[in-house]
Amino acid sequence: MRYAGGYEALSRVSFEVGAGEMVFLTGHSGAGKSTLLKLIMLMERATQGQVLVNGQNLNRLPASQIPLLRRRIGVVFQNHQLLFDRSVYDNVALPLVIEGYHPREAARRVRAALDKVGLLTKEKQNPIVLSGGEQQRVGIARAVVNKPRLLLADEPTGNLDPALSSEIMTLFRQFNDVGVSVMIASHDIDLIRRLKRRVLGLSKGELVHDGELQGAANTENA
Amino acid sequence: MHRNQLRDRWQSYLDHHRFSARDSLKRLLSTPLQSLMTWLVIAVALALPATLFTSLDNLKVIGQRWDGAPQITLFLNQRARPQAVEALQQKLRLRQDVAALEYVSPEQALRQFEMESGMGSALSGLDNNPLPPTLLLTPAAGISAADLGLLGEQLAQLKIVDEVLFDRAWIERLQGILTLGERIALVVGALLALGVVLVIGNTIRLAIENRRDEITIIKLVGGSDAFVRRPFLYTGLWYGLGGGLLALVMVLVLLFSLSGAVASLASSYQSDYSLQGLGFSGSLLLVLTGTLVGWLGAWLAVGRHLGAIEP
Repeated sequence: MRYAGGYEALSRVSFEVGAGEMVFLTGHSGAGKSTLLKLIMLMERATQGQVLVNGQNLNRLPASQIPLLRRRIGVVFQNHQLLFDRSVYDNVALPLVIEGYHPREAARRVRAALDKVGLLTKEKQNPIVLSGGEQQRVGIARAVVNKPRLLLADEPTGNLDPALSSEIMTLFRQFNDVGVSVMIASHDIDLIRRLKRRVLGLSKGELVHDGELQGAANTENA
Repeated sequence: MHRNQLRDRWQSYLDHHRFSARDSLKRLLSTPLQSLMTWLVIAVALALPATLFTSLDNLKVIGQRWDGAPQITLFLNQRARPQAVEALQQKLRLRQDVAALEYVSPEQALRQFEMESGMGSALSGLDNNPLPPTLLLTPAAGISAADLGLLGEQLAQLKIVDEVLFDRAWIERLQGILTLGERIALVVGALLALGVVLVIGNTIRLAIENRRDEITIIKLVGGSDAFVRRPFLYTGLWYGLGGGLLALVMVLVLLFSLSGAVASLASSYQSDYSLQGLGFSGSLLLVLTGTLVGWLGAWLAVGRHLGAIEP
């Protein structure tokens, strides 16, 4: 993926993330992290410059193709974006229903995803009764249920205590281990330092850092 | 494998239709009072033009069943010989479009005129009878206006016939009134259909507003516009279908409550006329119109408001 130029909230931001890479996006709120993720999702369109996903120039992607793009990208939101009028299972199954999977195949995948995030026993519950950490994991299960090759997360640990945050990050690392490209917007510097991955630092809409954070804590327990 | 996948997609497409249809109906039934109100509004709006059209149909039937089918009066040449008049009568009696024929001689006519006009003495002072021999012709029942016109033209061309008089002004008037009535019913129907579209559009707009979060999330995880639209289109369809069925019930109840009065009125005219209902095709048309208008209202609302919800 490459970004060049940008939205009014982002300018002169240019970088590329390779397949299977895991990168963090840091910066203060308002630095442009969310905008950057929105550009990849085509929730916003770049007014200048280009965004390429999997070699495809998003500027030229017609609106009718946006759903197909989003189906190939898993997204985890800070506020979970779950539907409280249906069960955990149905929440996770939503992308598969949209894509038109056979119910049997969908059930298999939903259970695999729920198993992965450790919520297999709660599939029948309404997400509203789950804790914040559990809700976030439902969101993660939904993001990975159709096996996207790119996973985006916007402040996935924003409202969680350090132990839970660390659990969530471990999940992302596991997905990355099996070849999924992962991009996480976060301002949890301590956590990022420990994971020792490439970090893109944004400040006032510009890219000010690209590489591992220096002075990282050398423990990577999670 | 590929074919199976395709079949799965198709199957799941149908499943989503089924699910959307069932789910939107369940949602309507979960707020019964509110839904009933909407259904009633639609039903009243549909029942009014349906009643108008049914009334017009009934008037048409009355016009067709009128016993005194338009009579044609033929004034013959005064110098026509009796043999020629006799020959004409025989010729006309053989025609299939002539139901009955009556000959009124000048003498008969004069006597009748004297009696009815009360000018007996004045008329008896005339040297000769000014009245022509006359044929009163009744065309075959169910003759079309065009055929009737043709018959009149043919008769007028006969040398022996001086003048042809049609007694059909009232039919033309009735037909004119019916045509006008149909136009009015169409305009009223169109206006009310527009009203239904707007009512349903507004209801769907509220439904969309209530499910804003769901729409956002579905769009975020790659739901196409058609996928998002589907439940709302079904909601409109259910509103329209329910309204159409209720309208049908309303019209039937109305006709039933009128049928007794109409029958007793008809029997006082020695007629076996009875009120015509909507019939099967009319009922079907009413319900289908409701459904279509409901769907259309939903389509317009969805087109206007769904696009505005973007994650």
